[in-house]
Amino acid sequence: MTATEEDYVDPALERVKTGIEAFDDLVMGGLPRGRTTIVGGTPGSGKTVFATQFLAHGIADRGENGVFVTFEESPDEIEANMAGFGWDIRRWRTENKLAFVDASPRDHDQMVVGDFDLAGLLTRILHAARGAQARRVVLDSISQLFYHFVSDQSAVRRELLRLASALKRQGLTVLMTAERNNEYGEISRHRIEEFVADNVVILRNALDRERRRRTIEVLKMRGSHHVEGEVPITLVERQGIVAVPLSSLRLEQQSSTKRVTSGNGELDRMCAGGFFRDSVTLVSGATGTGKTLLVTNFLAGGVAAGERALLVGFEESRGQLFRNARGWGVDFEAMEADGRLKVVCIYPEAQSLPDHLLMIRELVEEFKPDRIAIDSLSALERIAPETGFREFLISLTSFIKKREIAGLCTATNKSLVGGHSASEQHISTLTDSIILLRYIQEGDVMQRGLMVLKMRGSDHDKQVRRFTIDSGGMHLGQPFGGAPDVFGDAAVARP
Amino acid sequence: MIVSKSPGSENFPRLRLYVAGDAPGARRALFNRNRLLDALENKLDIEIIDVLARPEEAERAGILATPTLSDESVSPPRRLIGDIGDMSQVFEFFGFRKKGISP
Repeated sequence: MTATEEDYVDPALERVKTGIEAFDDLVMGGLPRGRTTIVGGTPGSGKTVFATQFLAHGIADRGENGVFVTFEESPDEIEANMAGFGWDIRRWRTENKLAFVDASPRDHDQMVVGDFDLAGLLTRILHAARGAQARRVVLDSISQLFYHFVSDQSAVRRELLRLASALKRQGLTVLMTAERNNEYGEISRHRIEEFVADNVVILRNALDRERRRRTIEVLKMRGSHHVEGEVPITLVERQGIVAVPLSSLRLEQQSSTKRVTSGNGELDRMCAGGFFRDSVTLVSGATGTGKTLLVTNFLAGGVAAGERALLVGFEESRGQLFRNARGWGVDFEAMEADGRLKVVCIYPEAQSLPDHLLMIRELVEEFKPDRIAIDSLSALERIAPETGFREFLISLTSFIKKREIAGLCTATNKSLVGGHSASEQHISTLTDSIILLRYIQEGDVMQRGLMVLKMRGSDHDKQVRRFTIDSGGMHLGQPFGGAPDVFGDAAVARP
Repeated sequence: MIVSKSPGSENFPRLRLYVAGDAPGARRALFNRNRLLDALENKLDIEIIDVLARPEEAERAGILATPTLSDESVSPPRRLIGDIGDMSQVFEFFGFRKKGISP
């Protein structure tokens, strides 16, 4: 976690929650009360949603009414466009909790012939704020003012500054949106932020490897610390903007000493008694080495011990997973019928990575599992830009640990023998334990080998053990003689 | 000086002048309003609306800037923003003609 090098941090700054939880965390609890924040973004980056959410959260959850000054869409359009996020703007208008100042382009002929001020606008905002007893004000977007008074940009600048100070004097917390031309470049088209804003926030909707990647970044917070860097966000129906928190904010997870079974007694022994309760284990191997079997054992072992288990599958269908399990003597159907197991299968391509993460989080909130398996991370990696994938993994692993859930993730090697998958490289530092499954050539026979490569906070068996798979599941056998090279291209056991 | 509305009509529209309190811009606009009325021999009616005292009027008319001289008898309204110091500009914008001067 890093903070800006602001000299002065006002400890008495009261915070105004935006309703976007992870964003509020970035700015130490919320936007400072009575300050002006500029939210910059390209068209379609979610500025109006952010602004509306700020007001909606105030009205619905904080008892703080709001004023919406709209320069682009009409109040009715905003009402209609934002309804999908579950915000009942019409009702709030009727109940006088939300007042609109309609500064959207109206049909009129206008000519500027001399010096002017924006007292008309200011007095309308103050009038609306008084009427609704508002504490929050949104201006969306102030860039429109520059188009409206195109002949005198310096007057607009001066007047915006005057407007911002007048609203501040009323103790109002103000959020102004501003348009940007590029995702990475000057902060706003008219450099508004330089003179009017205490705080600057950027919303991005960048194209990365043919995929849209939405993020939010806090650029400046006057008199306050903030967390630097872009944080992924997603737009969720009935909710609005949801920021996906990065674990780096919260590395305070407890490390449990409680062990849980891996679902395989022999593997438990190799791990000195099982996995830790709040740990994430990565199972890495080529296709067919038995990753899904380990997952099945992991789930069945949990259920047998009276736990609740969740499986999120990205590679195989429910039908395939259930059939596989049956083949190994595990009855997923009965477990689901008992409410002990939940299996959710979804195509990686069905939604973006942040959406996948949110889905997993929601499933966990809902089902409250004691253990979770994700099969496989490699499938998810296909759909993501590299930076996005790493953020996803960080968020996922920290979430799992924070919930004190035992996690098991799989990663598939690209080559059949040896080698590392990209997701393995990403995740190896983030997971507590790593189990390798490998094909190992022994004479003219291909064997399967299992090795516990790493287990944080515990001793473990460091040998490469051969194993077989039959209708009873996985059976670990004797260590390989010699020293099979489980990392190289050709894994050969030398007798 | 004889001035008439062009084309043909002898009736001037009723205009509204939106100002903000006694800001310097407002004072200049009020001064210039009186000059206009004199020039038009008081045949023109310009109602003064102080937006600070009557914000609901500013809201109704959708006023952002002051001073604004507005003709709301036409649709859409025609608006001149600034302190209306240049009288011929005002005449031209609202379609007034001074007899004997205009072609």
